[in-house]
Amino acid sequence: MLQVILKRIAIAVPVLLIVASLTFFLVRMAPGGPFDADKVVPPQVMKNLNAVYNLDAPLLVQYKDYMLNLVQGDFGPSFRYPGRSVTEMISIGLPVTLELAFYAILIAMIIGICAGVTAAVKRNTVFDYIPMSIAMLGICMPTFLLGPLLVLIFGIQLEVLPVSGWGSLAGDKILPSITLGAAYAAYIARLSRGGMLETLNQDYIRTARAKGLPEHKVIIRHALQGGLVPVVSFLGPAIAGLIGGSFVVETIFQIPGLGRFYVEAAFNRDYTMILGTTIFFSSLIIFFNLLSDIVVLLMNPRARSEV
Amino acid sequence: MKFKHLYIAFLIVLVGCGKSISPVDSALDKQILHFGNGTEPQGLDPHIVTGVPEHHLLISMCEGLTISNPKGGDNLPGVAKSWSISPDGKTYTFFLNENAKWSNGDPVIAEDFVWSWMRILTPSLGSQYPDMLYYLKGAADYHQGITNDFSTVGVKAIDKYLLQVELKNPTPFFIKLLSHYSTYPVHKETVLAYGSIDDRNGQWTRPGNFVCNGPMNLKSWELNKQITVEKNPLYWDAKKVRLNEIRFYPVSNESTEDRMFRAGQLHVTNVVPLEKCPVYIEKKNPNLRIEPYMGTYFYRVNTKHPVLKDKRIRLALAYAINREQIVKKVSKCGQHAAYSFTPPGSAGYEPQTNIPYDPELARSLLAEAGYANGDNFPILEILFNTQEGHRKIALAIQQMWQENLGISIQLVNQDWKVYLAREMTGDFQISRAGWIGDYEDPNTFLDLLRLNRGNNKTGWENIEYDQLLELANSTNDQVLRYEYLNQAEKLLISEMPIIPIYTYVRQYQISSDVKGWHPNIIDTHHPKYIYLERE
Repeated sequence: MLQVILKRIAIAVPVLLIVASLTFFLVRMAPGGPFDADKVVPPQVMKNLNAVYNLDAPLLVQYKDYMLNLVQGDFGPSFRYPGRSVTEMISIGLPVTLELAFYAILIAMIIGICAGVTAAVKRNTVFDYIPMSIAMLGICMPTFLLGPLLVLIFGIQLEVLPVSGWGSLAGDKILPSITLGAAYAAYIARLSRGGMLETLNQDYIRTARAKGLPEHKVIIRHALQGGLVPVVSFLGPAIAGLIGGSFVVETIFQIPGLGRFYVEAAFNRDYTMILGTTIFFSSLIIFFNLLSDIVVLLMNPRARSEV
Repeated sequence: MKFKHLYIAFLIVLVGCGKSISPVDSALDKQILHFGNGTEPQGLDPHIVTGVPEHHLLISMCEGLTISNPKGGDNLPGVAKSWSISPDGKTYTFFLNENAKWSNGDPVIAEDFVWSWMRILTPSLGSQYPDMLYYLKGAADYHQGITNDFSTVGVKAIDKYLLQVELKNPTPFFIKLLSHYSTYPVHKETVLAYGSIDDRNGQWTRPGNFVCNGPMNLKSWELNKQITVEKNPLYWDAKKVRLNEIRFYPVSNESTEDRMFRAGQLHVTNVVPLEKCPVYIEKKNPNLRIEPYMGTYFYRVNTKHPVLKDKRIRLALAYAINREQIVKKVSKCGQHAAYSFTPPGSAGYEPQTNIPYDPELARSLLAEAGYANGDNFPILEILFNTQEGHRKIALAIQQMWQENLGISIQLVNQDWKVYLAREMTGDFQISRAGWIGDYEDPNTFLDLLRLNRGNNKTGWENIEYDQLLELANSTNDQVLRYEYLNQAEKLLISEMPIIPIYTYVRQYQISSDVKGWHPNIIDTHHPKYIYLERE
């Protein structure tokens, strides 16, 4: 197990360096610069601005300087927000995004696993068809449609929940968490149904039933552990996706998370912010994939023996 | 049966939540204004930031020598309680208010303005608005590094409360420039406590550090969430300030902002979503405001292009656009068709130009230029930044030119920064543009098309136009000045390097609780006049 972790970390370092280098040169190739604006500033001002941010140095020198700072953990200052460092902005946005992702994945797991397990146990009945149809709808329905729809019903028509914000008004975290979690709940429902169906046909389940164990004990004690392996494998990339892909929900609900910084940085050509967030998200994806692999190894003895 | 229980439980939870009291309802007693402020501000340093959200914040927390008149017209006293102007219009003497204080209790003195203006003109600060002070004698030379001696710049403190400013030319709109945040003073000791004079990244603008001299103080700043300012008891006119707090929300998504307003989370929105505007007009939404705004939507024409360098073609394109139809059928939000570059009514200036919708004349001009019925006319491009509203207008104009002139146009939409880069490098044929006045005077528009102006971007250069503006800037007689400006405007429209389409309007929603809010052409609403009251 330790060997696997070390191997993965050894691969992660060059991967991150490649990501940083590629992003550095790609953003510089994009037309437009961080200080281009509708109101053009005199050339002297542009020269001064470039000098302040070291943008007047040759590109390779800038690259060398950036990478040297990066290995020391310094992402540099934001070009768009003078006085703010990229590290500071990530540290402001990250807890919000993590909290949103946590609630979303919690909702997704509770709804998804309950629906999926019920559907598998009551296969080919109304308890299978209805949750699975809703799950299909959940997968198909984009967050930019579901979010405003929920807001319209619960925020504007019923007036029971706030339509936006995060931690400012009572209950303002409910709708964004449901919106972000819904699609993942649908995936988890389908995955857990598939996993459970496969497990329920295994010999050891038949043995458990033959021993006279009650059905709920068969499901909870024996079937769930095997049946949920696909869900756990999915959770790693799903959490990384939730964190990286929360931009739409953050925009709809006016949430000050990292996703908004990331996308707005790209529009603003905020070079250091784009680089910082890209490297950070890449690290997260690598970390959560590793984490889910470890959990799968712990849950599945066969995979352990293969290692 | 089980389902019935679940259903009842769900209903109980919902009813238990109950209809909540909205922030707008609870704001009345506390006098808290909830303000939709567009995007997250770049910062709060008045010498570094640019943009409208920053303007809203800075007019509430800082104050220049004058402030904009909430009902439009001449500026009102700010830190300067009065001023005198020499007969030649070049020397201004400002008498500062002895009661004006910084939020830490220090008096605001003339030397503060001298130091602050030196700061914005310091080249290494990289300010994007130093040209607002280029009207001062020697300011441009100092900023461009021609001299390092700030005493050559036309600003000095005669005594503690007397500031003298010397201008290069009589500049009748100079008093109006002084309410722009780039001319605001900053507290020297605070700025220097967190960095040098030219430090862009100093931490002095953070809550707890920020010291300024406006009606409100910075209370908290939660990035991308909310900025809260509270009443400043040390402000010289504090007794007039009725709001206790303003909460600025950086809501960049128009639909989210609209929903926040409908749910009672905002008193004022920044905009109205494009698709909602005609619906709200039709339904006579009582909260909708559509007010004149000092801005023009126009198309830039690249006059260096082999075909478009011919004035007759530019005129033909302009005469083949039915502007009335565009504002009534396409933009549909109360805009006015534009027949001049400067919006009518800017500080009493009425442009006397006209751009007829005359397809017949347009066709004959095109034929004169060698393209009868549009034959052999190359396919041109309209460049615009990706936005639905721009696309609709470009589509309408594409169709009008096809029908009226028989020419084909391609529409090219680009990401904002790519669009800017293409405009800057002249890599376009016709491009969408908009211009909002920085101050209430026609100069803020007409100056754009002068020689060597970075914002010209059309490649059009006209010595006569430049001389007319020079004459206008050197006279102290406002009537004569407007006469010169009108001549310049006529010359511009007869050459058509830019094709005006419509005059902007400000569209937003505002709660009926908000009082003391008056429409004005530069859309500046000073917080000291605003209060909340329900009828």
